[in-house]
Amino acid sequence: MNIQRPIFALVLAVSLAAMAWPASAQLTEQIPPPRQKWSFAGPFGKYDEAQLQRGFKIYREVCANCHSMEMLSFRNLADPGGPGFSEAQAEAVASEYKIKDLDDLGNPIERAGRLADHFPSPFANELAAKATYGVAPPDMSTLAKARSYSRGFPLFVFDMVTQYQEQGPDYIAAYINGYKDAPNSFVLPEGGNYNEYFPGHNTAMPPPLQDGQVTYDDGSPQTAQQYGKDVTAFLMWAAEPHLDARKRIGFQVMIFLIVLAGLMYFTKKKVWSAVH
Amino acid sequence: MSGHSTYQPTNRALQWLEKRLPIGGLVHSSLITYPTPRNLNYWWTFGGILSFMLGVQIITGIVLAMHYTPHVDFAFRSVEAIMRDVNFGWLLRYLHAYGASMFFLAVYIHMLRGMYYGSYKEPREVLWILGVIIYLLMMATGFMGYVLVWGQMSFWAATVITNLFSAIPGVGEPLVTWLWGGYAVGNPTLNRFYSLHYLLPFAIAGVVVLHVWALHVTGQNNPAGIEPKSDKDTVPFTPYATVKDGFFLVCFCIVFAWFVFYIPGYLLNGDNYIPVNPAVTPAEIVPEWYYLPFYAILRSIPNKLLGVIALFSSIGILAFLPWLDTSKVRSARYRPVFRQFFWLFVIAGIGLGWLGTKPPEGIYVILARIFTFYYFAFFLIVLPLLGIFEKTKPLPNSISESVLGAKA
Repeated sequence: MNIQRPIFALVLAVSLAAMAWPASAQLTEQIPPPRQKWSFAGPFGKYDEAQLQRGFKIYREVCANCHSMEMLSFRNLADPGGPGFSEAQAEAVASEYKIKDLDDLGNPIERAGRLADHFPSPFANELAAKATYGVAPPDMSTLAKARSYSRGFPLFVFDMVTQYQEQGPDYIAAYINGYKDAPNSFVLPEGGNYNEYFPGHNTAMPPPLQDGQVTYDDGSPQTAQQYGKDVTAFLMWAAEPHLDARKRIGFQVMIFLIVLAGLMYFTKKKVWSAVH
Repeated sequence: MSGHSTYQPTNRALQWLEKRLPIGGLVHSSLITYPTPRNLNYWWTFGGILSFMLGVQIITGIVLAMHYTPHVDFAFRSVEAIMRDVNFGWLLRYLHAYGASMFFLAVYIHMLRGMYYGSYKEPREVLWILGVIIYLLMMATGFMGYVLVWGQMSFWAATVITNLFSAIPGVGEPLVTWLWGGYAVGNPTLNRFYSLHYLLPFAIAGVVVLHVWALHVTGQNNPAGIEPKSDKDTVPFTPYATVKDGFFLVCFCIVFAWFVFYIPGYLLNGDNYIPVNPAVTPAEIVPEWYYLPFYAILRSIPNKLLGVIALFSSIGILAFLPWLDTSKVRSARYRPVFRQFFWLFVIAGIGLGWLGTKPPEGIYVILARIFTFYYFAFFLIVLPLLGIFEKTKPLPNSISESVLGAKA
């Protein structure tokens, strides 16, 4: 038995080393985006209303030219835990959109948007979308949860405890402003754009944001970096609209469970004291 | 071993019922007076936790099914509608998705506990085999549930897994077409998966009843691995086991809640937030974590048919465990050599799980083959031989002696 203990330890050490080694090798394939500070990170995280409003402005003026966001309705803009529009404001936003519909006689018409309408797509169909850049621009409803990067071992284990959940937003914020001149060794296909953070580096989307492109009313810096962060926060809200409620209720549930566990523990101790 | 039927209802209506259907006596003898070994540790609380998780999955699942649409054009949207528009739909969905992970986490601990303490040995072979059947049903149910989301990973997981059957010589291709209900994974596939995903949990519940019944016939094993000999060795299920199970269940729920409320993205694959597109294959097709070791076994073998055979054998072999392990001593406490091999088995399992996430190339293939070899060697070589060659430690005379001896 004592001879086997070192063997056991050796196997464990080799396994751990083997796990760590490829993790670092993998990082060369996709550059990990820098960690950002997000208001919605951590156990007490909340969306920043002003940031979501700015992000929506960018979505509307820039992204929406190519990207749909069809899971969201205009009414969502006034939902609690969102950008904090009043119902009247959300209705005003909706009315600026043209929605394809039928009149009572079945004739196709275009009418002003209403709260219950979903955000209309910029293209008539997927083929039309594809024709623009060669690939259809992805729908933005779930994009912040659909994009990520590999954390690798052992970081992903720590993430469980530190609650690092913002791989998607970190990636998107880095990607939006991650355009560079392609290195000489890199053969960029025609129509492609070199992006440092995009897996494979060749992305169809041209650089979307330039300094001063969108006017902010709240005095926030009108830089591409700030735009990138704001629209990313907005996309996170679009993908996970109930995050605020989730974390708030989660804290209450945690308190309840921990107190209950404590009570159960002392009850158990009392009951078992008779037989120990 | 079921408890003494001392149940005498005082209420006259209950007396009337008891004469006609002794259900009160059944509940009383199995949940209250049922004698449990007094030396059970917390690893024995996972049976109760698993029953709880099955309940959570069925209840959340039934409500989710009220809002879900099993159609290729609407499935993804209806899941998103649950996440956005259904009151507390996000909570139901995350509970259900992480419920599956917690269910598997608990079942792996439960199975490894059974292996460590030799709970599958005579007279508990049928109890163990029923457990293996439950595990198989869980794997099928979990897989089909994952497909229902109808994201990219759902579709490609369904394609990869159903394609395994195409390896069967002769009938393979027609069999896969029959499974799909078409010439590719499509709407008929989604519909039958939905139907079976709703059905199988109730089949699991049925086998769980048999599992608990078999348990109550043989009684529980315990860390000492010896049978109770007198009343001094056991305590009644209530309050002793109920309060202990209850406490640990709440601790388990804290971990569950941590995932659901704080890190719900931790185990969900991002690609599954992209609607199905049969024209685009994801960069890597990775199953849920609880299938990863078996996925690694499958890919470690270069021949597809042999790989599929290895995959199914790796699960099927569990059913033969009671006869592959030739040792008369149950508990690893008294089996010093077995204990080492057991932990190596756990490492091999975790190692295979990690390799399941890696592309099958280079060093990964070699490691996967080593671990796969050890996985099978553990059952087919180590366990049969250990029973013959291992020098076990002396067993305590009784459970109460083992408890008091540990204290002294």
